[in-house]
Amino acid sequence: MTFFFEVLIAGLLSGMLYALVALGFVLIFKASGVFNFAQGAMVYFAALTFVGVGEKLLLWFGWAPGSFASFLGSLLVTLAAMVVLAILIERFMLRGLVNQPLITLFMATIGLTFFIDGLAQLIWGSNVRGLDIGITDEPVMWLLDSANMLVSKFDLTAAAIAAILVAVLTVFFQYTKTGRALRAVADDHQAALSIGVPLERIWVIVWVAAGVVALVAGLIWGARNGVQYALSFTALKALPVLILGGFTSIPGAIVGGLIIGASEKLAEVYLGPYVGGGIDSWFPYIMALAFLLIRPEGLFGEKHIDRV
Amino acid sequence: MIYREAGQFKASYEADMQIFPIRQDRIAIAAIVLFAFVGVPLLASEYWFQAIITPALIFSLAALGLNILTGYAGQLSLGAAGFMAVGAFATYNFMLRIDGMPFLVAMVLGGVCAALVGIVFGLPSLRIKGFYLAVATLAAQFFILWVLVKFPWFSNYSASGVITAQEIAILGWTVDEPVEKYLLTLAVVTVLALAAKNMARTHTGRAWMAVRDMDVAAEVIGIPLMKTKLQAFAISSFYCGVAGALYAYTYLGTVEPEAFNLDLSFKILFMIIIGGVGTVLGSFLGAAFITLLPIFLNQLFHALFGDSLPPAFASNVELMIFGGLIIFFLIVEPHGLARLWQIGKEKLRIWPFPH
Repeated sequence: MTFFFEVLIAGLLSGMLYALVALGFVLIFKASGVFNFAQGAMVYFAALTFVGVGEKLLLWFGWAPGSFASFLGSLLVTLAAMVVLAILIERFMLRGLVNQPLITLFMATIGLTFFIDGLAQLIWGSNVRGLDIGITDEPVMWLLDSANMLVSKFDLTAAAIAAILVAVLTVFFQYTKTGRALRAVADDHQAALSIGVPLERIWVIVWVAAGVVALVAGLIWGARNGVQYALSFTALKALPVLILGGFTSIPGAIVGGLIIGASEKLAEVYLGPYVGGGIDSWFPYIMALAFLLIRPEGLFGEKHIDRV
Repeated sequence: MIYREAGQFKASYEADMQIFPIRQDRIAIAAIVLFAFVGVPLLASEYWFQAIITPALIFSLAALGLNILTGYAGQLSLGAAGFMAVGAFATYNFMLRIDGMPFLVAMVLGGVCAALVGIVFGLPSLRIKGFYLAVATLAAQFFILWVLVKFPWFSNYSASGVITAQEIAILGWTVDEPVEKYLLTLAVVTVLALAAKNMARTHTGRAWMAVRDMDVAAEVIGIPLMKTKLQAFAISSFYCGVAGALYAYTYLGTVEPEAFNLDLSFKILFMIIIGGVGTVLGSFLGAAFITLLPIFLNQLFHALFGDSLPPAFASNVELMIFGGLIIFFLIVEPHGLARLWQIGKEKLRIWPFPH
């Protein structure tokens, strides 16, 4: 039984990380109606920039990666980079696509994915880099002693960070004027423009927010598995989370992430051996699909009424 | 002047309903097909057949398949390469396990297998649509590849999971030269492209387009949604399956499941975006564009920088150019290259007057 709980908790915690990436999707979708496929690429870009800047700081000022000064410096530069990226995306992509069908915008973000992946590797190279953010990946001692369970301290911290981020974002979306403007933009670009919502600024804000979420996700994932191209694919892990939780719901992303993370690990451990393993590449999708057949709008998605 | 249909009267329903009702179109198509069958084999070199024309044709077919589903029926799919994999591996197994199986029959059966798998993965489209469906089709992409890798039966227990295409023989004609492979590919693509062109303007195609434009309205006017959507999935997957079989047999020769990864799916999606969503011509233009672009860039980099360039640089710039072009096309010409041809045709029709 202890083993079951270990797997479950490990699953839940890694699900928290999926949720973090999914959150970036939800954020942009909720606030501008754009389904941003490039979120994974942004995670990669952010993590790679963070590490790359850290290396440069070491070179120029002798700040070792992992030290507080280096962390702060890299963080600031990466944040600035994400802001610049958001502005460029707004200027060169979104502005040309105002009021286009959402599917068109979606396909544009697939193009953006390729662009950002190429750009990130062009600037920083494609080697796998280590990333040290000062949290060690060791089991929590008292849990090991009292319940004989292996739970990583790192995972717990990551989950806590994700929780804080969610709380901040929820408050931002629900209770600020900008948050309301964001939701107006999501409903209808043109209508929002015509009542005086500054569409361009809103878009930049949204993409900066998504960039910040990508940075947090990138730091945690990167510290876990190293900063590598595969980070870009974390987006694919986040997609079933999204369809399970509903595209427009922040709590949905969290709950969806937990469900997907837990069931993926449990399936791999308990079902995997019967079919040859490696089922975590598709199991979340099939599960999300099966779920959608019962409830097409996802767990917390808005029910959509079709009208002619 | 040249492209003017004045004076071409239709005296019968048959004449009015033919695929290309304008004489100039008929002549142009016939000339292009004739040139492809006779002129190209005389002109092109072996390298062109192996590296450019044959793959471009195969991708055209795959793009055609995706265009049927995404362009005509409006069901966004990110799993095209998965269905190609089904076609390739099914064809391989039909050839392997049934003695004396003719290649063409195996290829059609491979396409049918892909169609069946397509129907299964199309089932969610009855309940969900748009982005949800796009994500759901990723399930097809990952699941199919996983099955092909995990169950060695599909690759005949080869240690690396790679299948090697058997010899293609059609009624005693052995297809092994690049030119012959090209001709075979061309024949298959021509037949299927004409079929697609025809389907798009019949009852079937109109039903697809109605579902694409607004499925609720389509249902209200009596179009059976379930049948139409699943039909689109089946036919689209059939096209992709046949393309996959050709990919394995006339292009690569040996192929592993990983060749049909998500990147290939995206590539095919890009082809229809750049070529033109919902046009048959666009599938060809897009496939040609995406196939030629890397070669062109390669030459360009070579001419600009010589050999001093690190290969990673070139491939990253290529990624960026790919991505940038997609965005550029979506902004500037969302209807793709095919739209340019349409504009050209309209201009020709009123030439020499500007309006």
